[in-house]
Amino acid sequence: MENNGVITINNLVKRFPVGGDFFTALKNIDLTLNKGEFTGLIGPSGSGKTTLLNIIGGLDSPTEGQVSVLGQALNDTSHGERARLRRKHMGFIFQSYNLLPVYTVFENVELPLILNKIDKDERRSMVEQAIESVGLTDKMDSRPNMLSGGECQRTAIARAIVHQPALVLADEPTANLDAENSHHIMKILSNLNQELSTSFIFATHDEKIMAYLRRIIHLDDGEITEDEIIDNPKAHD
Amino acid sequence: MLLKIALKNLLGARLRTFLNILVTAFSFFLILFMSAMYDGMLQHAKQVTMDTEIAGGAYWHPEYDPMDPMTFEDAHSALPTEVETLVDEKKAFPVLVSQASIYPGGRIMPAIMKGIPPGQNIVNMPTDALFGYEEITLPVLIGKGMASDTKLEVGDAFTIRWLDADRTYDANEGTVVHIMDTENFKLDIGHIWIPLNKAQTMLAMEGEATYVTYEKGVPPVLDKGDWIPRDINYLVQDMEAIIEADKPGAQVMYLILLALAAMGIFNAQVLSIFRRGREIGTLMAIGMTRPRVVGLFTLEGGLNAVLAAVATLIFFGPILWYFGEFGIPLPIDYTEMGMIMAKRLVPVYTIGLVVSTTILVSIIVLIVSYIPSRRIARMKPTDALRGKAAA
Repeated sequence: MENNGVITINNLVKRFPVGGDFFTALKNIDLTLNKGEFTGLIGPSGSGKTTLLNIIGGLDSPTEGQVSVLGQALNDTSHGERARLRRKHMGFIFQSYNLLPVYTVFENVELPLILNKIDKDERRSMVEQAIESVGLTDKMDSRPNMLSGGECQRTAIARAIVHQPALVLADEPTANLDAENSHHIMKILSNLNQELSTSFIFATHDEKIMAYLRRIIHLDDGEITEDEIIDNPKAHD
Repeated sequence: MLLKIALKNLLGARLRTFLNILVTAFSFFLILFMSAMYDGMLQHAKQVTMDTEIAGGAYWHPEYDPMDPMTFEDAHSALPTEVETLVDEKKAFPVLVSQASIYPGGRIMPAIMKGIPPGQNIVNMPTDALFGYEEITLPVLIGKGMASDTKLEVGDAFTIRWLDADRTYDANEGTVVHIMDTENFKLDIGHIWIPLNKAQTMLAMEGEATYVTYEKGVPPVLDKGDWIPRDINYLVQDMEAIIEADKPGAQVMYLILLALAAMGIFNAQVLSIFRRGREIGTLMAIGMTRPRVVGLFTLEGGLNAVLAAVATLIFFGPILWYFGEFGIPLPIDYTEMGMIMAKRLVPVYTIGLVVSTTILVSIIVLIVSYIPSRRIARMKPTDALRGKAAA
């Protein structure tokens, strides 16, 4: 269990200054996530899902408590070390894709590998493999403005998994997609989870996603209200 | 790695890159062009003075002070032997200077009357226009400015009165035989030019002169008597003093142009970088460190400057070359205002100007790329990802 621990969170509190006061977005969160989990943070808007995801990703800092990701205590790490952790071991999927508009699909997916200084030949083969795994081989040279929403999100997924990270964080990955595309995206992510043993954490309130999750953590008003393990996700039936 | 990404970003953002480069290139062009025009104006003034007045230098009579007309009366004598030899060898020509009064159209005007050999070809003056007027008592050459002041035209006769060597006033009738179009107001305003032999006879100063101008490359003579050698450095010192005095003005103008260019570049760069807040957030999310984000955008700015320099060469190079070759015609004749100014202003592009402008514009671009990108990179990645503008 200890060896499989990807994320360990103890007594996490996050407060944001609002006017002259503070708004508590997360209250006393204790959480452990293991390798290969396919987990969803579920809750209504303002429940703290994205804040928790951002803290796990090292994009934001906790106000109180301990957060350890992939064996690294984020409280004690610098911006640079957190950036390195993200670069080497994490992938991000955003609601609005966040693709670089001037890059092609290939170049967008290639970017994390360039940052990781992977040599050109290896890079090319890894990018092609990632793009193939999301079914966009024929769109390799297209720019984001030539793609549909579903294709953009598939490109973002390829970018998130191209360097084979240990952890992928997805913030509302299907919020901008129709039902068909949402299922398509979730199937891809579910397959990647099984093939690569990559851990996935979703922040969502999309019911379509929930059918694929094997663990659902319910958040409400900054607190974990329920931690549910799903043995046989419906979508796998 | 950063260079690769920066290049990709620049080449990928076709229109944005093109517009940024165009703004920077236009700034390059403006600074170069305006500064070169200014340098050209000053250099032209110096060159015109040397071509039309100074040549290789001069020997002055010891009493002669061109700034004090009262000295003209006594500033004449026979030439020292070696100086005369130069004149005989056509390597120099003498000029006899005296005060005079002229009466064009019944008015009285003070003038400086200079006798010059019509056959001289050492300075660029149309003195050969004084040749061949046997029927005219006193052929006179004047400049356009003088013609305008006196309302004289070619063929007009007017009375000239002078004081000769015996301190006797005498007068005669001069006839304008040519009106020269010179850019050197010092040959024009208040001057009348007559043949040297006539001047010597009129002034009872046969074989005498006030100064001798020699051609370029003539070595200094040993026997110059008490005449004073005036080399080019001495003779252009007034002009150089004017240029030197004007330097702060030129520098202020250069700085103003630079500031205007900087504002244009700053606007373009800041707008471009602040619009890319979400992109910066994404780069941080996928693992780019803050210093690298700043480095990337600063590098993009640097590449922008390099491309702008190339674009200046391509887009504005032909224009700069054209003006450098053919100049720009000026709408008014500034010589009448007492300024040595070409009819066509030709900009002079010195290596110093091009290099310093390139370096300064590049530094500006780097600074205006560095400051906003550092500001955005300081933001929390979560804010940058939301596309929030830095406060």
